[in-house]
Amino acid sequence: MARLNLREYLKGPRGGALVMAACLVIPFIDRNGSHINFLVDAGAFVLLALGLNIVIGFAGLLDLGYAAFFAIGSYAFAMLSSPQFGIHIPIWLMFFIASGIAGIFGILLGAPTLRLRGDYLAIVTLGFGEIVPQTFLNLSQYTNGPNGISSLDQPVFFGFRFGFNPVPYYYLMLVLIVLAILVARNLRDSRLGRAWMAIREDELAAAHMGINTTAAKLSAFALGASFSGLAGVAYASKLGLVSPDQFKFNVSVFILSMLVLGGMGNITGVVVGSLVLSSLDRFILPQLTSFFHDVLHLNIDFTNSRFLIYGVIIVLVMLFRPEGLIPSRQRKAELHAGDSDASAAAAEQQLYNKAGV
Amino acid sequence: MDVFLQQIVNGISLGGIYALIALGYTMVYGIIELINFAHGDVYALGSFVSLAVLALLGVQDEVHGAALIGVIVLTLAGSMLACGLVGVLIERLAYRRLRNAPRLAPLITAIGMSFILQNVMQLWKGPSPVPVPQFIPNPTLFHSGAVEIQLKQVLVVVLAVVMMIALQAFVTRTRVGKAMRATAQDRDAAQLMGININTTIALTFLIGSALAGTAGFVSGVYYGTAVFNAGFAAGLKAFTAAVLGGIGNIAGAMLGGFLIGLIEALTTQFISDQWANVVVFSVLVAVLIFRPSGLLGESLPNKV
Repeated sequence: MARLNLREYLKGPRGGALVMAACLVIPFIDRNGSHINFLVDAGAFVLLALGLNIVIGFAGLLDLGYAAFFAIGSYAFAMLSSPQFGIHIPIWLMFFIASGIAGIFGILLGAPTLRLRGDYLAIVTLGFGEIVPQTFLNLSQYTNGPNGISSLDQPVFFGFRFGFNPVPYYYLMLVLIVLAILVARNLRDSRLGRAWMAIREDELAAAHMGINTTAAKLSAFALGASFSGLAGVAYASKLGLVSPDQFKFNVSVFILSMLVLGGMGNITGVVVGSLVLSSLDRFILPQLTSFFHDVLHLNIDFTNSRFLIYGVIIVLVMLFRPEGLIPSRQRKAELHAGDSDASAAAAEQQLYNKAGV
Repeated sequence: MDVFLQQIVNGISLGGIYALIALGYTMVYGIIELINFAHGDVYALGSFVSLAVLALLGVQDEVHGAALIGVIVLTLAGSMLACGLVGVLIERLAYRRLRNAPRLAPLITAIGMSFILQNVMQLWKGPSPVPVPQFIPNPTLFHSGAVEIQLKQVLVVVLAVVMMIALQAFVTRTRVGKAMRATAQDRDAAQLMGININTTIALTFLIGSALAGTAGFVSGVYYGTAVFNAGFAAGLKAFTAAVLGGIGNIAGAMLGGFLIGLIEALTTQFISDQWANVVVFSVLVAVLIFRPSGLLGESLPNKV
């Protein structure tokens, strides 16, 4: 009973405030720069996962090339806020510009393809994710090809220069994540969000209820892409450079596995899933490798098989717990809707087998 | 003009490989309406299995006479068998459970399976391209000006066309082929007619993946290298070929494969090889917008 009360107690704004307070004091407690650095990188992936969650989790559209929008956001910042062309737009403005550009590309890609069936969309986004980094690589007179664009502008906040200290970036990322969570929550509960979920569950029925499905899907695509614009600017400014190999297909699948693990459609789940996988990537696998090496005297490099592990996570979770670790209630009901049918079909099959049909 | 004709020859042989992969995509999509993302990686696996069989046979250099036929048959058979079984295994493990689940679920596991296969191959043979022994003598068969046709190129096209004709005959003339078509049309009704749909679907994966294994063998011979992630780009192009020809249509997959091969060869020659992927992808988007049923496909209404 006490446990239940604690759960109730932590639900809603009170729990959020506690988590927020903990996040605010982390840099004061943990003074290890590399840890804060990790949290900033992980934060960028939280933003990406939140954005992809709008497309896959809310609207049920499988986007397999999400890293392309991340690339577009990052390159927009790199080109408009660096010595590359001598343009120095302040980062605060770039957040709006880059997410706008990413959103426009979302519309450009979505407009011709969203009227098609869902699986065609998956393959088109897969192709898009492949050619965007390729295009940045090919246009080397503007992007320096494989070398990428470096010495990007560092943020200046009322005269305070961010420099190479990760702590200000940490707080910047925190602000962005809080904003993104608020936006995602409001979208989910809005008329548009309910339209997305209706489309996700049954597109035909949604269309018959008077929802303009193409417009709703297009807005999911554009809004999801704009989140990755934010992530792109923040990530590129902290790293100080962009290069085409940061946005490979692997990145899209990495973000997808965060969603699948955490629970598609659930904001808390997606944030947790993304933090878990980021730490797996950065800490747990290297630790496991050195543990096997030092203690068990086995030379197994787990970091080499990280993508194998993400693939296994995706398949296992989809097979055995498709709603993820922290499910959204609606999504769970939907994903298990087929179960009774399946068991009925199995029973039927048994009947046939017995009858020798 | 010679350059153009030579690229036509190259494009057609390249297209033979895409056509073989596209056949598997189109069969699987035709029967369970799933884009099997792992299919491209099964193709890449085909090259690796061919490598392994060649190593087992101790083949390093050119082989002649009857031994050549033996090596080709053994390598091809090994590659087809291994890939076919992997295909069946993928269906059993990752797709069968989700046959009645929402559309998104099997698509996501398909991507996961593709990733698993790719990384297993990377762990097996490392990240850099592995050379495949050139055991087939490669004389130039035809020579006119600067245009030449090599034995390898003829081999690819002949193999692809023979496979397609055999597959078409199998699907339209045999009892099992009829069961496949029935399952594709209406799974429940097929089951009520006494067709074992699990076996039928597994068989579809077996044949489709064996064809990908053929393509893997051929591409190992043709390019002389095998690399773990070759399946990604080739799979995307082969899928484009299947959509271009009309998904679910066997002759269409073949036609689409040859067209995509030609487009890629001509782009590489006259624009730049860096843009070949971009051009092929634009073709995919254009086909989906203007003629989603493909060149030979019939337009199907959405199943409700």
